[in-house]
Amino acid sequence: MKVLLRNPTREVQVPGPVSVNTLLARLELNRESFLVIRGDELIAGDGMLDDDDEIEIRPVISGGSGTPGDAWAQDALPSRDATR
Amino acid sequence: MKCRVCRGPAIIDIRRHNANFCTEHFLRLCRDQVAKAIKEHSMLAEGERVLVAVSGGKDSLALWDLLLELGYQADGLYLGLGIGEYSDESGDYARAFAESRGATLLEIDLREDYGYDIPTGARAARRAPCSACGLSKRHLFDEAALDGGYDAVATGHNLDDEAAVLFGNVLHWHTEYLARQLPVLDARPGFPRKIKPLVRLGEREMAAYCLVRGIPYQVEECPMAAGNRHIAYKEALNEIESRSPGAKHDFYHGFLSRASETFRQGIDEEQGALGTCGRCGSPTPAELCAFCRLVEQAGGSQPVELSARRRATGSSDPAPAGGS
Repeated sequence: MKVLLRNPTREVQVPGPVSVNTLLARLELNRESFLVIRGDELIAGDGMLDDDDEIEIRPVISGGSGTPGDAWAQDALPSRDATR
Repeated sequence: MKCRVCRGPAIIDIRRHNANFCTEHFLRLCRDQVAKAIKEHSMLAEGERVLVAVSGGKDSLALWDLLLELGYQADGLYLGLGIGEYSDESGDYARAFAESRGATLLEIDLREDYGYDIPTGARAARRAPCSACGLSKRHLFDEAALDGGYDAVATGHNLDDEAAVLFGNVLHWHTEYLARQLPVLDARPGFPRKIKPLVRLGEREMAAYCLVRGIPYQVEECPMAAGNRHIAYKEALNEIESRSPGAKHDFYHGFLSRASETFRQGIDEEQGALGTCGRCGSPTPAELCAFCRLVEQAGGSQPVELSARRRATGSSDPAPAGGS
């Protein structure tokens, strides 16, 4: 099957049939960090994927919210602000 | 796998609940968890207006959708950060969602309205990009909420975000941040109430929610944030979660119920030391607040290209756990 991976975007071929959990394990991907999608359908861990399927493995981890340290928790902290 | 509720075909397994859910009951779970968080932490009262900080990513769009579904008066605010195509696409997702729901989306563009963008501002002010971004968001969302008469600002911080921030703050013992790491920060002079209604839902659930609800969102990672320490903490916590389902929930919610209070002692005295920014009137201990200093340093700077290294790998670490 054709498997689309992201960050960076790339495609790999994986022989099927195979379950979602096995596919993730084979690609050494943590199931907590990814969704497996066929078309626009979400496939659960024991769902089977066929050899002719086109699959997207979508990462769910994001860090682009500007929140290291938690931006919202830093409202005008005197000790930090005064040093700038 | 079968749905725990109806025994129909499941679309998602959530190991910390030791349960699988079909589409209908997964969506109900998400709504119930947000309603529970709002009630448990007194985030919003009936009839209050809330401004959702919208990035075009899965969390903020899911949050906006959930609040609308639950019947809240929720408008969105999108901040154009000027991070190349990433920002252009993110704005498109935010606008498309607003249009599809007939919801109100406010917009601020850093380049047009303040004369800088995040890559420029970070370089000119010699700040890490995530630091300049967080500072800009914090200030402008606060200001827009106060000016617009909103009762609260809602952000899409989910359980994974909060657990990762907590992990970093504990790892480095940033006790001043631990004192403020709460799902609700009450309004005080110069600051609106801030709420995080997604603290009972994980990042994977939010991505699944958008997929199931047919909400297109920005899947690509922010090129300025890729590879940062926050993401590394999330990956580490997911390793633990995969061996011990429920660990992230227990870590964060256990902190709230059993440890948070300890760090809050003395916080009121610290807040009492704030004066007023001579330019914008925001609370600050200095003559100018950090945002006005950023605008002063970065405003009018020419846009800078994102470096090839950041575009390709984003391998640098943009900010300490303490951020701005």
